Amino acid sequence: MTDHKPECPLGGCEPSASVGGSRREFLGAATAAMATALTGCGTLSKEEFLQRNFKELSKDEVLSVIDRLEKEYKAKYGKEVKVANTPPIPGVIFGYALDLSRCIGCRRCVHACVKENNQSRDPEVQWIRVLQMDKEEGVNLQHADQYYNPEEVPQEGHFYMPVQCQQCKKPPCTKVCPVGATWRDKDGIVVVDYNWCIGCRYCMAACPYGARHFNWGEPHLPADEVNPKTHYLGNRPRPKGVVEKCTFCIQRTRNGQYPACVEICPTGSRKFGNLLDKDSEIRYVLENKRVFKFKEDLNTQPNFFYFYGV
Amino acid sequence: MFTLKNFSGFFSDTFRLITKGGRIYYAWVGFLLLLIAIGAGAYLGQLKDGLIVTRMRDQVSWGFYIGNFTFLVGVAAAAIMLVIPAYIYDWEPIKEITILGEMLAISALIMCLGFVMVDIGRPDRFWHIIPLVGRLNWPQSMLAWDVIVLNLYLLLNWFVVTYLLFCAYTERHYVKKLVLPLVLLSIPMAVSIHTVTAYLYNGLAARPFWNSAILAPRFLASAFCSGPAILLILLQVLRKTTKLSIKDEAIFKIAELMAYTMGFNLFLTAAEAFKELYSGTEHMVYFQYLLFGLKGHTTLVPYAWASILCGLAAFILFLVPRTRTNWVTLNIGCVLIYASVYIEKGMGLIIPGLTPDVLGDIYVYRPSFTEIAVAAGIFAIGFLVFTLMLKAAVPMMLGEFTITKGRTPKEAPPQQA
Amino acid sequence: MRLPTLSTLAAGLLVLLGPAAFADPPAARTAPAAQAQDTAMPEGIQVPKPPFSDGIFPCTSCHDGKSMKPNFKHRELKDMHTDIVLNHGPASRWCLDCHDANNRDSLHLASGEKVAFTSSYLLCGQCHGDKLRDWRVGVHGKRTGSWNGPKQYLLCVNCHNPHTPRFQALKPLPPPAHPEQIQARKGGVR
Repeated sequence: MTDHKPECPLGGCEPSASVGGSRREFLGAATAAMATALTGCGTLSKEEFLQRNFKELSKDEVLSVIDRLEKEYKAKYGKEVKVANTPPIPGVIFGYALDLSRCIGCRRCVHACVKENNQSRDPEVQWIRVLQMDKEEGVNLQHADQYYNPEEVPQEGHFYMPVQCQQCKKPPCTKVCPVGATWRDKDGIVVVDYNWCIGCRYCMAACPYGARHFNWGEPHLPADEVNPKTHYLGNRPRPKGVVEKCTFCIQRTRNGQYPACVEICPTGSRKFGNLLDKDSEIRYVLENKRVFKFKEDLNTQPNFFYFYGV
Repeated sequence: MFTLKNFSGFFSDTFRLITKGGRIYYAWVGFLLLLIAIGAGAYLGQLKDGLIVTRMRDQVSWGFYIGNFTFLVGVAAAAIMLVIPAYIYDWEPIKEITILGEMLAISALIMCLGFVMVDIGRPDRFWHIIPLVGRLNWPQSMLAWDVIVLNLYLLLNWFVVTYLLFCAYTERHYVKKLVLPLVLLSIPMAVSIHTVTAYLYNGLAARPFWNSAILAPRFLASAFCSGPAILLILLQVLRKTTKLSIKDEAIFKIAELMAYTMGFNLFLTAAEAFKELYSGTEHMVYFQYLLFGLKGHTTLVPYAWASILCGLAAFILFLVPRTRTNWVTLNIGCVLIYASVYIEKGMGLIIPGLTPDVLGDIYVYRPSFTEIAVAAGIFAIGFLVFTLMLKAAVPMMLGEFTITKGRTPKEAPPQQA
Repeated sequence: MRLPTLSTLAAGLLVLLGPAAFADPPAARTAPAAQAQDTAMPEGIQVPKPPFSDGIFPCTSCHDGKSMKPNFKHRELKDMHTDIVLNHGPASRWCLDCHDANNRDSLHLASGEKVAFTSSYLLCGQCHGDKLRDWRVGVHGKRTGSWNGPKQYLLCVNCHNPHTPRFQALKPLPPPAHPEQIQARKGGVR
C-alpha cells in the first residue's frame, strides 16, 4: 500500500494531525486508501472509513461527524446544510393513519416527500408508492397498479392505497440487518445509519411493504433543490450503495411539525400524532374508525394504520 | 524448528508445483486468468457507477450474484457426501478422494464469499461484518450466522486439507485422533452452512415463496445432488490425466447415493408445488410466475420446466443400475443434475421469491452483462483455486512428490542444518 | 346548543383571524381572548378566510335590500352567478336555504339563526354532523402545523365547493419510473 494520505477533493476530510507519522496514522491512511479503491472514487476519508456505528459514538464523536458531514455537503452543494441529531421526545410514540376512503391517488405526497427528504432525483428514489386498486377486488396486490397516469384521479371503480414505511413495532428489516445499521428508535421510528449500512439489501428482502429503497447509483440531487434542514438519521443527502426509507420526516416530527406528506395531502387523508396522547387525532382514529393494518397476518405490528373515514 | 522448516518447504514446493506444468495446464490457467481479468474489469465499472450497472432494482433486489452464492453453498456442503461414507463406514475407495471433495468445498466457499462481496453496495465497509472488529448483529441476523458458519467451514476444510497434504509431503502418517474428530465435525458443519443459508430466505415472512418449512430440506437434498455431480466428472478427468487411482465402484457408489437424493429432492419440490397450487392461496402467485408465467410474463417458465425435466431424467438415469454404470449415461446424468439444480437453486429460487414484489409489481429481471462478466470472473477464481490445489495435491497424495522425492537435483531443497 | 350573537361571533373571529398567518405554523397561536369569547369554536381551531371569488364579498354591496329586493322564487339565475352549478343534495335545494335573505353577508341555519361565512362549518354540520364531529377533532379534512401544538384547520368550503361539494378531481403527479427505466446516468457519475 502507498503511504500517502487519501486524496480528499471534498472539503470534508480534515488533515490528520500527524505527530511524527505514527504507525496508527499510517495504517489508517493505508486502509482508507484501500477502501477508497473499493468505493471506486477518491472521496473516502480516513475518518469516514473508520467511523463506527452511530449508536456507539460518543456525544463529541457525533458532533465531529456532523461537522464533517456539513462541510462535505457545503462543498458539494454550495450551501449550508444543517445536520441535526434531535433525539426522540420522551413519552412519544408516533402513529400514522391513512384514510382510504378519502385518498384520491394524486401523488402529491410522493413528490412532497422527495423534496423534503432529499431523495435522489436520478436515479429516481421515492419512499411512497401509491397503489391503484380495483374497488371490486378490494385490497388485492395482484390487482394493484403503481404506474397509473390518467388525466384525472380518482378514476371510476378504483381506490388508492399509498404505501410507505409502516414503522413496525416488530420490524423484520432491523432483525435481519447483519451489522445493526438499522434500528427502531424510542419514538417508534425505524432509522438507518447511512454511514454504517453495507448495502447487502437483506432488509429489502425482509420488508413486506417495499418500504426500503437502495441507492443503486450515485444519488443525484440538484443543489437548488436540497432541503438544508436535515437529520443525521433522516433526510441528509445519502451516499451511493446504501438503503434508505421513510422516517416519518424525523427532522420535522421530532420538532413538533407534521410530516411533509401530511401537510401536502389535499384531501386530508393523512393523520399523524402521538399514540401515547389520548387526545391526539391518531388516537381518535384508532378508537372511532374502522382501522386495519396492512398485512396484519405477518405480525409486524405496524404503527401505520389504514382506516375508512366514512 | 524442524516442523516449521518443513512447513516453509511445503509452501515453497507447493508454489513450485503450481507454477510448473504442461501446455494444457498453462492454457487452462491462462484462460481462467483472462476470465478473471474480464470479471475484474466489469467489477471496477460496478464500483465506479454502483450496482445500477446490474439489472437488480428495488423490486428485485437480489439476483444473479446471490443466486450463484446459494448454489455454491450447496456445492460446498456436498463435500460431506464423500466424508460420511468414508469416515463413518470406513469405506476405503472413497477415502482417498475425500480430500478432493474438501478442496472442492474450499473453492466453492471462496466463490461464495466472492459473490457476497460483489453483491454488497459498500464493499469498503466490509469490515463492519467482521466479528469483534465490526458490529455483527448476532444472533438475530441469519446473515450474521451465515458469515460465521461459512468462514468456520472454510477454515475447517482448509486446515484438514493442508494438514493431510503436509503429512503426505513429509511422508508421515496423519494423526487419526486429530483428523477424525475434525472430519466428523465437518459433517454437521456442512449441514449447518446449507441450513443457515436456507434459513436466510426461510425466515422472511414477507416472501411466501421462501417462507416454507421444507426449504432447508430442499436445499440439502438438491445440494447432495449437485455437488457430487461436479465431483463425478472431476474424478473421471483426474483418472485420465493423473495417476490417481479412483476405483469404478467409488464412482458408482456416489452415483447411487445421488439417485436417492435426487429422488428425494424431486419429491420435496413436488410437495411444495402441490401445497401452493392446490390450496391456491394468494401465495400461489410466485409458483405461478415460475411454472406458468403471470400476466403475460413467462421469462422463467422454460427454465423452470427445463430444471424439472432435467432432474427427472437424471433421477431415472441414476436409479437404473445399467445407465448408472454406463459412462456415457452417467456423465449425461451428471450434466443434467448440474443444470437442474443450478436453475432451481439460482435464478429459480431467488427470482420467484422476489417476483411479484411485495406490492404486486412484476419486474422481469435478467442479469446484465456486468453481472454475467463478474460472475464468470468469480467462477474463474474458484476454478483457478481448485486447479492450483489439485496441481499441488495430486502428486503429494500419490506420494510422487514429497520432501524427499519428485524433484530434479537442481531443485533439491536446501540442506537442513 | 346556544349560539352567540353574530356580533360576538364576528368579533371573536376577527381576533382569531388577526395574525392571518396560517401559512406559517410557528406564528399561528390561539388568541386567549377568542377562547373566552367564542365557545362554539373548538379550542384552538383556527380557520382561514372562506375562498370567495374576487370582489364578490361583501354580498351586500349588491344585495343591499334596497336597490335589489330579495326574490324568493326558485328559478334559474340568468343575470348573475351563472357560473354557479348547484349540485348539492336534493333538487329542491335553493340559494336561500343557506344564504340569509335579510343579511346577505351572512348565512343562516335551518333554525333561522345567522352564521358568519367564517363559521360556515356550523351550517354544513347541520346535515353532515358526523363530518363536523370528525373535523373538530382533526380527522376529517386537512390539518397543518404542529402535531403537539397549534394546528391550522381549513373550512369545509376550502376543499368542497358548497354548491357542488364533491371533491374535485385532480391531475395526478407523474408516476414512478418503471424499474427498467432506472439506468446509470449518461456520462458516468460525478
